[in-house]
Amino acid sequence: MSLSLQLGIVVGYLVLALLVGLVAYRLTDRTAEDFYLASRTLGTVVLLFTTFATLLSAFTFFAGPNLAYHNGPEWILVMGVMDGIIFAILWYVVGYKQWLLGRQYDYVTLGEMLGDRFGSRTLRGLVAGISLLWLFPYVMLQQVGAGTALEALTDGAVSYAAGAGLVTAFMIVYVVLAGMRGIAWTDTLQGAFMLLVTWAATLWVLAAVGGPEVATAGLEEAAAEHLALGGGLYTPQWMVSTAITIGFGVAMFPQVNQRFFVAGSKTVFKRSFTLWPILCVLLFVPAFMLGAWARGLGIEAAVGENVLPLILAEYTPLWFAAVVVAGAMAAMMSSSDSMLLSGSSYFTRDLYRPFVEADLPARREDLLARAGVVVFAVAAYLASLVNPATLFELGDAAFSGFAQLALPVMVALYWRRTTRTGILVGVVASQAFYLSSLFVDAVPASYAGWTAGIVGMLLGLVLTVGVSAVTSPAADERRAIYFDGLRAD
Amino acid sequence: MRRVELGVWIAVAVILVGLSIPWFLWGTATVVAGLPVWVWWHVGWMVLASAVFRLFATRAWGIGIETGETSPASRGDTR
Repeated sequence: MSLSLQLGIVVGYLVLALLVGLVAYRLTDRTAEDFYLASRTLGTVVLLFTTFATLLSAFTFFAGPNLAYHNGPEWILVMGVMDGIIFAILWYVVGYKQWLLGRQYDYVTLGEMLGDRFGSRTLRGLVAGISLLWLFPYVMLQQVGAGTALEALTDGAVSYAAGAGLVTAFMIVYVVLAGMRGIAWTDTLQGAFMLLVTWAATLWVLAAVGGPEVATAGLEEAAAEHLALGGGLYTPQWMVSTAITIGFGVAMFPQVNQRFFVAGSKTVFKRSFTLWPILCVLLFVPAFMLGAWARGLGIEAAVGENVLPLILAEYTPLWFAAVVVAGAMAAMMSSSDSMLLSGSSYFTRDLYRPFVEADLPARREDLLARAGVVVFAVAAYLASLVNPATLFELGDAAFSGFAQLALPVMVALYWRRTTRTGILVGVVASQAFYLSSLFVDAVPASYAGWTAGIVGMLLGLVLTVGVSAVTSPAADERRAIYFDGLRAD
Repeated sequence: MRRVELGVWIAVAVILVGLSIPWFLWGTATVVAGLPVWVWWHVGWMVLASAVFRLFATRAWGIGIETGETSPASRGDTR
């Protein structure tokens, strides 16, 4: 009985997402720009929630509370500064500029925008290739998360492979059918659902234990050091490194970066930007406090075990735990669907079209884009069945990997004297350095408490600026296009 | 002057980032209304950030980016 109820809730939720996708499909033009960017027409609520839901993955739901459980609620502050403030500022600094350029020159991807400015097909392909290198394992991790969550929820009645496969199949259908518009609409549903479920779970648990004072008093008894700001894992260096690498990394994640292109108007941009920090804090405080409080409420979670399902099992009825797992699936799907679409667009526009078939007709590009989604999703699913260690490590490091792109891109956006050689060297060297820190023993992962991610970012910045300063621009660079005549009307 | 204004906004951004974690409360474990006091600081700071973003969006939007002839502040939102 309970198993069918739980499965009913999760499948019902998936079907609802599919229906929303189908409605969006009816409004879709059969062009690649509409498929990838909903023809740049999104309004405030949809843009706000699609960015929100895309940014927050299964990680927010599971790993975040786990971190707060083992180390204290400081994670709220780290996530708050990286997503709520740093990302918001980048939304203006990188995002608004990208939006203006995208409208003026019809750019669909970051690589396209850079390749055009620097007259370099190599740079365009390189940015797409690097992005896919980090994106693919990250998609795989989301599928691993979905499979694990469903298997745990149903006590193994739905196997890991079947769970991950089910979610992958649903995503393929609505992403292929509806593209960005369908994703943005389902994201809005999913983002709102995540917020609602998190608050419901927190209030439910607090009501059961007698309020936040009691819960916090329990935490003080069990682990008083968690109430003091800092300590343990939370050193200033770690907090700052993490916030900066993830905040900048997020802005270069294809599915987030591409959202910089989709706003319908300047007003939409301004409103979303203004509401952003509030939306973040509304989710982070209850989600991570719940994890932190669990420690004082006698919840025993081993390292690697998810705290959230345990605390829900203790204080809420069975059906509610299924709703929360559906919420986690929402978080996971709303990130993965966008990653599939962006991955496909990076591949078709920046790798396939420039290097394989330059005169691809528009209609074929649209078909190819959809085929790309299927291939990307199926490949990531197959990889998730094996879950190879190298891919796991890459997915885990994806934020820092993407963060390496951020500073060279920002230098290019704001400094006219950036040269093709400069940005190529900056991008290649920082990636090479960061990858070595992961896989080559001789390259350390930490420098006096600062992570290799942040050291790599600095290296990329210094090299992009330094090499640009000593090289001359190539003849076919279009040095003015990021600066002249850039305005919203 | 536009340059000065840009400098002020950059400083504001740095302060917003820098103090979203209340470093001056490092090691403090005081609890207020069921939450550590530094969580409350953060919540308040995010609300403040939203207010500052609103001010920026209405007063200075386009600064450092738009390069049209008219200044962005004097122009209506046309799209």
